[in-house]
Amino acid sequence: MKKTAEQVQGDLLRSVLETSWRFPLAVAVLGIFVAAGFSAWIYQIYTGIGVAGLNRPVFWGFYITNFVFWIGISHAGTLISAILRLSNATWRRPITRCAEVITVFALMIGAMFPIIHLGRSWLFYWLAPYPNERGLWPNYRSPLVWDFFAINTYLIGSITFLILPIIPDCALIRDKSAGWRRKVYSILSLGWRGTQRQWHQLETAMGIMTIVIIPVAVSVHTIVSWDFAMTPVPMWHSTIFAPYFVAGAIFSGIAALIIAMVFLRSFLHLEEYLNLQCFDNLGKLLLVMSLLWFYFIFAERLTTWYGNTRSEMDVLWLTQRGSYRGLFWLMVCCNFVFPFPLLAIKKLRTILGTFLASSTIVIGMWIERYLIIVPSLSHKFLPYAWGTYRPTWVEITITVATFCSMALLYILFSKIVPVVSIWELKAGLRR
Amino acid sequence: MSHRWGMAVDLDRCTGCSACVIACQAENNVPTVGEEAALKGRIMHWIRIERYYEGEFPNVRLRFQPVLCQQCDSAPCEPVCPTYASYHTSEGLNGQVYNRCIGTRYCANACPYTVRTFNFFNPVWHKPLHLQLNPDVSIRQVGVMEKCTFCVQRIKASEIQAEAEGRELREGEPTPACVQTCAPKALVFGDLNDPESEVSRLARSRRGTKLLNELGTQPKITYLQRDSWNEKDR
Repeated sequence: MKKTAEQVQGDLLRSVLETSWRFPLAVAVLGIFVAAGFSAWIYQIYTGIGVAGLNRPVFWGFYITNFVFWIGISHAGTLISAILRLSNATWRRPITRCAEVITVFALMIGAMFPIIHLGRSWLFYWLAPYPNERGLWPNYRSPLVWDFFAINTYLIGSITFLILPIIPDCALIRDKSAGWRRKVYSILSLGWRGTQRQWHQLETAMGIMTIVIIPVAVSVHTIVSWDFAMTPVPMWHSTIFAPYFVAGAIFSGIAALIIAMVFLRSFLHLEEYLNLQCFDNLGKLLLVMSLLWFYFIFAERLTTWYGNTRSEMDVLWLTQRGSYRGLFWLMVCCNFVFPFPLLAIKKLRTILGTFLASSTIVIGMWIERYLIIVPSLSHKFLPYAWGTYRPTWVEITITVATFCSMALLYILFSKIVPVVSIWELKAGLRR
Repeated sequence: MSHRWGMAVDLDRCTGCSACVIACQAENNVPTVGEEAALKGRIMHWIRIERYYEGEFPNVRLRFQPVLCQQCDSAPCEPVCPTYASYHTSEGLNGQVYNRCIGTRYCANACPYTVRTFNFFNPVWHKPLHLQLNPDVSIRQVGVMEKCTFCVQRIKASEIQAEAEGRELREGEPTPACVQTCAPKALVFGDLNDPESEVSRLARSRRGTKLLNELGTQPKITYLQRDSWNEKDR
């Protein structure tokens, strides 16, 4: 049964205009976890970064793992939505906004981690180029400075990309409501009247952003990978890292999107919009990325093994059959062995199937980043300086809090803006 | 003439006594971290004496290798620092400007020798150690990276003294604390730009090797050793 435009509008606006008892409960529970995370961070700043489990030689641990993980998740949205818009895939209409929201929030969370991780967090702004009493620019040769620019560019770009198609929907809410809500949404709708000229401008702007955002997204995870690849650390100093990281980012991004869609569909009753077709198509994309991930890790491991360099072999065996072997094979299972049949067999590629596959992939991709960072650092060139790493409660609390803050931000956002673009869906109905 | 400071470490002379470690700690206000943190791998010493066992029992030899900042000419720690806290000085030293450091710890990851140490907490000196702090060396706060400076404060003091007296620096001037205290004279320090200096002579020695030379970091420390310590091979 095809819905009319009126029904679509009603269904999608419900989450904004009506509040169920579940909303304050979810906000309160998640808020407690986020507050715990912030308290742990304040404790760390007050006491010293030593409350984390870091040591010599493992100077980077959970925080940088989370950084790479969240920046990876941020590739869910903008990139997928841009590619689907470019290819004019009609099934994209209900999912583009959910995806773009993930990008913006995951980037915000990811960008916090280099700051949380700093020895002197309060001086993070020294990465920015501004005229200062130190008479210094940042060091443009440092990949961390490239990161600073890449992430900020991506953040500004994806916020623009998210906000542009929200404007007509805000105008719709403005027109449908009265009182304080009307005032707020007339500001948010930026004077949208729905004239021919405004629609034309919006479409032009979207067309430009769609194309611009793709190279920006690719550059971001490329540069994140270069944080590692530019240093002479065993298994880091590798040319495969940039494409490997970009593929991994899109991989975990799609998985995160599917998980978010499952929750949205059941909590906001969007079953008819985020339907099986969306999950089926995203599942196919996820399958391609899973195969690509396996290809990359196979190529990386095989060339390292064949090259047989002493220091790299130490790290390779440490992960393949040493103390990190449990995590390594868990990662392979989570990213390939388990999701592959779920996504490849048409009967299993259901909403539940893609959800299960996505859940293991998100776990697997987190482990992947951990296994890239920690084993290499713990076994660098001189065996006398080898070490181990165990996270402390501070790192674990902050990590858990970031997952909760992602959920919290998402819930708050879905209260303010309909998570499915109403005007784009209506435009789809007209065809 | 500009200087290019370098060191030679004679492994055949080193007895592993660790006097250099302590001298460095006293000279450079290197904090002690306590037993627990040391076990965690947060020891702050700017020099470590690496111990390697060679051969099969009972024919075992114990080798010592003091490892400190190699003051690389092509140092991996320098380009990665976003704030120029680690940078190359005009005399070829790998400078570390504590006040610029924001604690990304990127330099320590990039360093293949793992010789950089990090202040995980604010330093504490238990009585009476607080009375022996060196006034010529700044104390580092929490979240700051540090490492061997070749006792840059002594280098500067010698240069200022020589300039005041209107003369060139003499051989053996300046001397870092570790070199000064080394009883078997395993450590030699000097100007690599002066071909007549002892350190230059030793750097050209056939016994000389550079640590992890294959990485192309061009260290300014030369390690001297016979090919093997094994009796049969000598």
